[in-house]
Amino acid sequence: MLRTENVTMKFGGLTAVSELGIEIAKNQIVGLIGPNGAGKTTAFNVITGMNAPTAGRVIFKGEEITGLPRHQVTRRGIARTFQNIRLFRELSVLENVLVGCHLAMDTNLFAATLHLPSYRRKDREARAFALELLEQVGLHGDAGELAVSLPYGKQRRLEIARALATRPSLLLLDEPAAGMNPQESVELMHFIRRIRDQFDLTILLIEHHMQFVMGICQKLYVLEYGVTIASGDPAAIRQDPKVIEAYLGVE
Amino acid sequence: MRLQRTHLYSLAAAAAFVVLLVAGDLFFDSFTLRVAHLCAIYVVLALSLNLVNGFTGLFSLGHAGFMAVGAYTCALLTMTPEQKEMNFFLAPIVPWLAQVHLPFVPALLIAGLVAALAGFVIGAPALRLKDDYLAIATLGFAEIIRVVLTNMQSITNGALGLKGLPMYSTTWVVWPCAALSVAFMVLLARSSYGRALKAVRDDEIAAGAMGIDVFRVKVVSFATSSFMAGVGGALLGHLLTTIDPKMFTFMLTFNILLVVVLGGIGSITGSVIAAFGVTILMEVLRFLDGPMNFGFFETEGRPGLRMVVFSLVLMGVVLFRQRGLMGNREFSWSMFSRAGLLPRPVEGKDSRA
Amino acid sequence: MTLPLLLQQLANALALGSLYALIAIGYTMVYGILRLINFAHGDVFMLGAYVAFYCVALFLLPWWASFVIAIVVTALLGVLLERVAYRPLRDSPRISVMISAIGASFLIENVAVVLFGGRPKGVAVPDILNVKLAFGSVSIMSVSLVIPIFTFVILAVLLWVVGRTRTGMAMRAVSTDLDAARLQAIDVNRIISFTFGSGSLLAAFGGILWSYKYPQLNPLMGVMPGLKCFIAAVIGGIGNIQGAVLGGFLLGGIELLTIAFLPTLTGYRDAFAFVLLIVVLLVKPSGLLGSRQVEKV
Repeated sequence: MLRTENVTMKFGGLTAVSELGIEIAKNQIVGLIGPNGAGKTTAFNVITGMNAPTAGRVIFKGEEITGLPRHQVTRRGIARTFQNIRLFRELSVLENVLVGCHLAMDTNLFAATLHLPSYRRKDREARAFALELLEQVGLHGDAGELAVSLPYGKQRRLEIARALATRPSLLLLDEPAAGMNPQESVELMHFIRRIRDQFDLTILLIEHHMQFVMGICQKLYVLEYGVTIASGDPAAIRQDPKVIEAYLGVE
Repeated sequence: MRLQRTHLYSLAAAAAFVVLLVAGDLFFDSFTLRVAHLCAIYVVLALSLNLVNGFTGLFSLGHAGFMAVGAYTCALLTMTPEQKEMNFFLAPIVPWLAQVHLPFVPALLIAGLVAALAGFVIGAPALRLKDDYLAIATLGFAEIIRVVLTNMQSITNGALGLKGLPMYSTTWVVWPCAALSVAFMVLLARSSYGRALKAVRDDEIAAGAMGIDVFRVKVVSFATSSFMAGVGGALLGHLLTTIDPKMFTFMLTFNILLVVVLGGIGSITGSVIAAFGVTILMEVLRFLDGPMNFGFFETEGRPGLRMVVFSLVLMGVVLFRQRGLMGNREFSWSMFSRAGLLPRPVEGKDSRA
Repeated sequence: MTLPLLLQQLANALALGSLYALIAIGYTMVYGILRLINFAHGDVFMLGAYVAFYCVALFLLPWWASFVIAIVVTALLGVLLERVAYRPLRDSPRISVMISAIGASFLIENVAVVLFGGRPKGVAVPDILNVKLAFGSVSIMSVSLVIPIFTFVILAVLLWVVGRTRTGMAMRAVSTDLDAARLQAIDVNRIISFTFGSGSLLAAFGGILWSYKYPQLNPLMGVMPGLKCFIAAVIGGIGNIQGAVLGGFLLGGIELLTIAFLPTLTGYRDAFAFVLLIVVLLVKPSGLLGSRQVEKV
């Protein structure tokens, strides 16, 4: 589904990501882990088109998407959440999700403003879909609330619902379990598996929460200072001395 | 479409509004009428600025430039050849403009479209910039427009301006324009496109990640706002019956910005109320610029005192009540029912989403 | 275009460029520290000129005393401006600060109109600056030479302060990262006040020197120069003092020399700066000497 070839991202003199080569098969849940500053979010940014890589290619569903503007990348079917939650603060919970539906609605200023019949139909469909998504994440009752008034955990779920509204094939989650206690993260694990099955998704996630990562990911890539130091299935990664050294430092 | 109670209220209000217009047209003296028309024009202008600043979150300071483009276009199209000859005594008007003479409504629309084109041309480069740089770039463009207008003697009559414009801005022209502007903004705000604008305003990066073509949305918003500004400028020109480049300075943009800030950036209702408030206040405070007699003491008013007051008001608002009058809330009939002035709505008929 | 005429224009361009540089520095320093366009800076420039004028006209002080007083008073006014209009909004969205800046600018301009009257006032130029110096067939007013000299001296002092003193180092720290500077026990408020004060001081210098070269004051005299000088700062690389100086000279030079060679464009003189601005913003937004800033997602 997704493949990157030797993706390198340099910012001036700093090499944030170096020769990244990852491969994700359909419906897999893959994790990108590593100490802080390892370049994980930068990798996300390159994949989603926020930054064009200094070198390398990104190939999605067999087509090259390197350097495409971010809204085009989303249209191809890749959605993401953000490390620091980026909700639309002046919009309600439902409206946030509806923004994700905007893409599918494909209207222009005039059709929308004049509320033409074609627009009204699309709007109804979008709302139904949005409400259904909110139900899936358990936020149905908060639909009318201001997005930023929700507690942290719910805000994270809202971000996921919003990303799902764009009907992606590949979902990128940036630290979805941040700030969660063990019980919440177990729920999140179930939730992610459920949406993966329900929406036929492939998932790539960044996480620091080790138990969570080990519990849900089928494959891991470990980054340190932009370099991929290990990859493979979680059990092997756990034993890998390089990984242990990266996280804990040399004894 | 079900006829909700709120729809009935709105219809009643609209009817009352029309009655007011008829009454005003009949009974107001020409001075009061002029001030009233100015209020309507400022509604159009304030909403156009609010579209780009409040809804889309782009800080544009070039509004006076688009108004000028609209005003001059409309003027040059509606003036008779004889009027043009009279005005262009320093240098004759270019031949392709000399004979053009259109009725008002087409000219108004063309003026808006030309202004929108200017907005598109200016927006394409300028909207790539952030925040402050956008502000300065748009301000720069407005100044360039003004300088160009001052120098193109054979097209715009340069610094002399154009006098004797036909007084087309009557009650049944400006108020429908104002009403249309309000209707447009309300419909836009409630639509998915309006949501996209607000998303771009709230978080450009997230909006892009959700598939919104941010740049395109910005340009469309900017061009639409310029259209409205052009129309507003044209209406203004045909109310004052004379235009010259010195009218369209940053001070004019400042006035409109004042209205938008006072009313609450992002609030349609706020812009409407503030448009009325500021325009009326401007007229009322005119006395500050001349000698004042309070009965028990006299002072010599000074020109500029009026603007001092307005500057203080603007700063007061931004320092103490940043959200302005309405914040970014909108008017709704439920405000009255909450205050007990109207019966409460039935459960389920009133939802925000 | 004869050689004497060209040399004369060059002298004028040098003088104008110096004045622009002096004002541009104030913009760039404030922007570097607060990421704020101080719209009122041009009006501070105007105030400096007026204070000096009134010291001479009203209090009958000698010109050099007026100079010193005006500079000090204006510097204090700049500090006051920051306290009243910008400090309360330091944690507010950028748009609010900008509106406050615009409001402050308008306020100062209109208060000036009310206090000083809108009609232009003639400045009594000090005698030593009014001397017509002759170099062969070229004649240059002494003021046109004094201004660049003055400017270079002031710049040298400023660069020494910024580069070699602790205050200067603190200024650079604050402009790089305000919060980090705070953590280093730097009194950020004091540094900001100092920045505004010194920027306004330079603007006052510029204002008074300007009034000696173009001896007509009016309350709106700071509007166009203010705008142009911000543009000069952007062209040179906003936040960079050397950039502001470069931008100022560049702008002054381009403005005068273009008119000298193409007199038909005189009416468009004010537009040059804006055209230049837009070109720079599109080609190299960080300016000639500036560096790119990356936003972290």
